[in-house]
Amino acid sequence: MVFYRGHLLICGGTGCVSSGCKDIIIAFQEELRKKKLDEEIKIVETGCHGLCEMGPLVILHPESVFYCRVEVKDVQEIVDEHLMKGRPVSRLFFTEPLSLDKVPKYQEIGFYRKQQRIALRNCGFIDPENFNEYLACDGYAALEKMLSEMTPEEVTNVVKAAGLRGRGGGGFSTGTKWELCAKATSIKKYIICNADEGDPGAFMDRSLLEGDPHNVLEGMMIAAYAIGADEGYLYIRAEYPLAIKRTQTAISRAEELGLLGKNILGSNFSFTLKIKEGAGAFVCGEETALIASIEGRRGMPRSRPPFPVVKGLFGKPTVINNVETFANVPQIILHGADKFAAVGTERSKGTKVFALTGKLRNTGLVEVPMGITMREIIYDIGGGTFEGKKFKAVQIGGPSGGCLPEDRLDLPIDYDSLVQAGAMMGSGGLVVLDDESCIVDVARYFLSFTRSESCGKCTPCREGTMRLLEILERICAGQGVPEDIAKVEKLAYIIKASALCGLGQTAPNPILSTLRYFRHEYEAHIHDKKCPAGVCQALFDYRIDDRICNGCTICAKICPVGAISGERKQAHQLDIVKCIKCGICLERCPKNAIFKE
Amino acid sequence: MNKLLTMEELRELRKKAPDEMTARQTWDTQVIVSVGTCGIAAGAREVVTELLKELQRRNIKNVSVTKTGCIGMCEREVLLDVVRPNEDRVTYGRVVPRDVSRIVGEHLVNGRVVEGLVVGRISS
Repeated sequence: MVFYRGHLLICGGTGCVSSGCKDIIIAFQEELRKKKLDEEIKIVETGCHGLCEMGPLVILHPESVFYCRVEVKDVQEIVDEHLMKGRPVSRLFFTEPLSLDKVPKYQEIGFYRKQQRIALRNCGFIDPENFNEYLACDGYAALEKMLSEMTPEEVTNVVKAAGLRGRGGGGFSTGTKWELCAKATSIKKYIICNADEGDPGAFMDRSLLEGDPHNVLEGMMIAAYAIGADEGYLYIRAEYPLAIKRTQTAISRAEELGLLGKNILGSNFSFTLKIKEGAGAFVCGEETALIASIEGRRGMPRSRPPFPVVKGLFGKPTVINNVETFANVPQIILHGADKFAAVGTERSKGTKVFALTGKLRNTGLVEVPMGITMREIIYDIGGGTFEGKKFKAVQIGGPSGGCLPEDRLDLPIDYDSLVQAGAMMGSGGLVVLDDESCIVDVARYFLSFTRSESCGKCTPCREGTMRLLEILERICAGQGVPEDIAKVEKLAYIIKASALCGLGQTAPNPILSTLRYFRHEYEAHIHDKKCPAGVCQALFDYRIDDRICNGCTICAKICPVGAISGERKQAHQLDIVKCIKCGICLERCPKNAIFKE
Repeated sequence: MNKLLTMEELRELRKKAPDEMTARQTWDTQVIVSVGTCGIAAGAREVVTELLKELQRRNIKNVSVTKTGCIGMCEREVLLDVVRPNEDRVTYGRVVPRDVSRIVGEHLVNGRVVEGLVVGRISS
């Protein structure tokens, strides 16, 4: 083995792959070889570090220097200056969005300082395709501990005592679920890992499987042992090719080593794992639809009970947990229930991974203890909204969740507090909206998503979401009538109460929560025919302020339909009949003389 | 690799695994080589290469080897600092590759400063 002085960790998560990390890896390899540093510095491709906004990310250990937005042309400078001469390249350091300080070290960046990583502990730190690196980070130590000293009941009890709740959205106690399935009498039982992540903006399952697949496998093995299953499936959507590839590599490696298969490590425990690629229907994230899909039937939910723990895959008792839930399990077994339960709130223990997106500076993946406030996540970790933009709302929980306004920002986040506030944890997508986002339009967007993803089996969801969407589209088009709000509310409650599965039952949540906190925006759309954020095209016109316009003629030249006219150095006029509201004049006006009305 | 048939074998494998990760954390004991243009001209790269070889020969893993730029005393290059927890930071000057094994053996392993090469100390 060669003794490397330093390790150059290059993020190989999907976010950084799309911003070009593969070229950077090749460039580094070449440059190191050229400078004869290839026996001094080792290049490691890791999983996602979370700060995808700043990708591609490159981290040099042991100094823990953090470079962001690295481009191929920067590679030579990093090698020459830092690796060769020991002078870090400060221009590529992370800049704190508020203080504008350049921060060289990984651990000192505000985005990471407030996080507490349990599920994501190895993501971005290890090479996900290298089994030894996982092993070095206590990998499979929980499996070893469990097989040598714990009975299945003890495993279930520890998970129950830890207070782990399902991270996929519902928040059902994981230990209780396992206990119910363990009690079911059957010679065959199954474990399923639900990686059919479909919420717009959420990508924690993908990152976990891409960054630390063995951790998820170990969690599944522990669950299988606890309930007495000998076969498991990972249901991963086919849109996640990298996650599938890395998970498959991990499964093959575990099989080679005998960590999957018959009589694992000489014990009586046998377990095999298969990947089932999902075709990308959102409804297949619902457990009964997911089971139907694995069985080869059309992905449609069925009514419960019987619950899958009694009658699941192929009619046998089955435990379905989310990726993140499984990722927490090895740590609970290894360090005990008390240590896990010490983090979080009274009824929601541990941490939760959130995918931060929308109108804020640091977007990416964060893992924070339960009970943290939304304000801390958005401002301390996310860096707040962009300059000059005012925070309006945060959408949490994807199409099943709701919008919370500014006065709910100090709410400690856990499963129950969110439900009370009219939102829900969901899988953990957080979309920040600023004053340029129209609340009605956001509700319409999420509803159009659930409508097109509705499987069509039950009428309330199939017809109800369609009708709701029609009303919202009418409101956005300026044709809303005063009765619409009451009609929407009534219909929403009916769908909530009568739909067959979680998709339909939660589909009206975005509307109900926005009606609760932002009713005035709906009213502005209906009564005043105005869109306060200037998003709904039918509800505003572009105008030129003739006191500001200096007649530079830029807008007249670029208008694609010739709606702007005027003499040089004279204020211009805009013909609102011809105008198609493309907004290009507003973007290009050097004097900001064009505005929406 | 063969199948792991017992827990003992998994344990053995895990014991060896951290070797690959050793450079991924900052250790308390550090060797810092100054590699500005002056240092490189005086042979700092050869010193670093020799240092890594020496650490590998002795199988020492809990040491971080880092580089720094010119620290101003170009006359005495190659400069090499040894930092050990709760001890003075010692700067060696005019280090050549054949001194490395002495510095590693005496100072890093046995804790005895190689007095003949010292050009400065910073108290801890």
